[in-house]
Amino acid sequence: MNTLIFRTVAPYLSALMLLFSVFVLLRGHNEPGGGFIGGLIAVSAFAIYGIGCGVSAVRRAMKFHPMSIAASGLLLAVVSVLPSLFLNQPAMTSQWLAVPFLGTKIDLSTPLFFDIGVYLVVVGAISSIALSLEERAD
Amino acid sequence: MAATKTTVDITAAMVTEAVPLADWLLVAPVLLTMTGGAISIIFRKKSAVQPWIAITTIALVILSNVGLLYRVLTNGVVTMVMGSWLPPFGIAFTADPLGALLALTASVATLCVAVFAMSSIAENERRYGFYPFLLMLLCGVTGAFLTGDIFNLYVWFEVLLISSFGMQILGNEKGQIDGAVKYAVLNLIATTLFLTATGLLYGLVGTLNMADIAGKLKAFDGSGPVLGLATLYFLAFAMKAAAFPVNFWLPASYHTPRLVVAAIFAGLLTKVGVYALLKVMLLLMPEGRDWLVSVIGIVAIATMLTGSLGALAQTDIRRLMAYLVIAGIGAMMAGIAVGNEVAVSGVIFYSMHSVLIMTALYLLVAFMFQMSGTFSLREIGGLYIRTPLGAGIGLILLLAVAGFPPFSGFWAKLLLVAGALEAGHGWVAAGILISGLFTTIAVGRLWIFAFLRGGNEHTVDGIQALPMAGCSDSADISWSIWLPLVVLTTLIFVIGVLPETIMSITDYGAKTLIDPSAYIGAVFGGIR
Repeated sequence: MNTLIFRTVAPYLSALMLLFSVFVLLRGHNEPGGGFIGGLIAVSAFAIYGIGCGVSAVRRAMKFHPMSIAASGLLLAVVSVLPSLFLNQPAMTSQWLAVPFLGTKIDLSTPLFFDIGVYLVVVGAISSIALSLEERAD
Repeated sequence: MAATKTTVDITAAMVTEAVPLADWLLVAPVLLTMTGGAISIIFRKKSAVQPWIAITTIALVILSNVGLLYRVLTNGVVTMVMGSWLPPFGIAFTADPLGALLALTASVATLCVAVFAMSSIAENERRYGFYPFLLMLLCGVTGAFLTGDIFNLYVWFEVLLISSFGMQILGNEKGQIDGAVKYAVLNLIATTLFLTATGLLYGLVGTLNMADIAGKLKAFDGSGPVLGLATLYFLAFAMKAAAFPVNFWLPASYHTPRLVVAAIFAGLLTKVGVYALLKVMLLLMPEGRDWLVSVIGIVAIATMLTGSLGALAQTDIRRLMAYLVIAGIGAMMAGIAVGNEVAVSGVIFYSMHSVLIMTALYLLVAFMFQMSGTFSLREIGGLYIRTPLGAGIGLILLLAVAGFPPFSGFWAKLLLVAGALEAGHGWVAAGILISGLFTTIAVGRLWIFAFLRGGNEHTVDGIQALPMAGCSDSADISWSIWLPLVVLTTLIFVIGVLPETIMSITDYGAKTLIDPSAYIGAVFGGIR
């Protein structure tokens, strides 16, 4: 897979896929999509970048170790469960906050943060597996 | 609520009254272990702080489980639905006395293993994630014990399986991969069966909430589909619990991982299978159990006998212990086959006892290996002179697993035998007693060879051979090995001397299982 065309395209392609993965993640609340599938798309982006430019380039691009990303996602998911604790409601009851933003309104909610947590867990866990498999192949 | 385009009034489908803070004890074990697991993954390279993260987390889980058990005993079955959606739509976490007691016992056993592992898991294996896996395993196990939704139970099974795969191959040895493949394949088949049965069940009654299923299945009055489902569930959970004839994976895989890992596996994993059997056979499908009763009885007796005879035939201490696990599973299944209140109370007592004793026994094996450098009954010997305290702990634990008074195993077996005789199942009672006899011979032989005999099998009586090279002296054994052993032994002794408290809990648990009205009432509240 070490052709010039692929190596040239891979960074752009993975950037595009990462952007798309965030779109799928945010779309997930009301329409098909969500953290899990978004995370998988992001991992495919990292995998393509890794096949094109090598595993070490991916590790540099990710800044944090994939396992740490997964762990922080898990923490974020746990934290998103907690707000209802202080409102005498059952666990995971969704809380909403409408934030005015540039003339429109953005609905922030605990399910959104839960979904971002899922996204990070999937990105971290699967890319950690994918990267170590690619490293073996080298 | 969110400002949606079409306004729908959903308050009728949601919990509207305030939820007492104490109900959060239901989800606290899961949230705590996830948090602890995540933190210990982030600090995966700091192998010195790893154990302390795990120990703190598990200690908090124990406190939370004590609170939960207390609440269940004072207020009856506790339930909480996720996201405020009323059951059967919201996923329910429901703790009955059975689940709360087992969750507490499991967290105590896990804490002992976490402490023991401080000295017996090497630095590099800590970096490969022993403690995160341990915490996620506890997360899966307590989740399974506390959930009130059968699909959610499947999810927790997956959580504990994935973490157990990770723990099993810690060390990267050839034999471990071999054991892990057998373990994984059999467990994945069982999980697939479980999932298939759950899909069929959903098709039949249109709900996954256990209380709702228990209510709705009554209308089917033991017709064909219910019996078929009961059989599928029985097969799936019997595989998980390692019942005869689908138990071959257990002795083939439990001697390969690190001994602390085997300790937590033997303590917790098969008991989750027994727990699921209790829930499905007694709470959800009592008609299915009545129909399968002779099959369960035969399987139980065969499991007990193959387990105890297998233990008698082994010369490797680790394999001997694996067969003792199986013998215990047989005894618990015998109680499910009998199915009256006394016997079910015995099953709950036995599962609790089995969590503690099997964990303790595998830790004892690890200790014996450190003292003698061998697992072979032919080579081992002379431990009594070298460690009288260890010999005492060993004697108590081995007598307890064989069911001698005044230790916890005695009361569990007493309840099981009494229940079997009360229901007129003499064969089952005979099976329990005969298997107990074989177990006694097997563990007696182990204790005499390992502790009393001066050296290996060629040692003449009364002569103390020199210890083998490379094994520790009892003075070198660190506190982190002694402490869990002493704590578990003390617990087993205290439960044996004062069984009434535990018995009142297990009786209450058995009543809740056999007559599900309290369980259903707690989930649906005043709705039906």
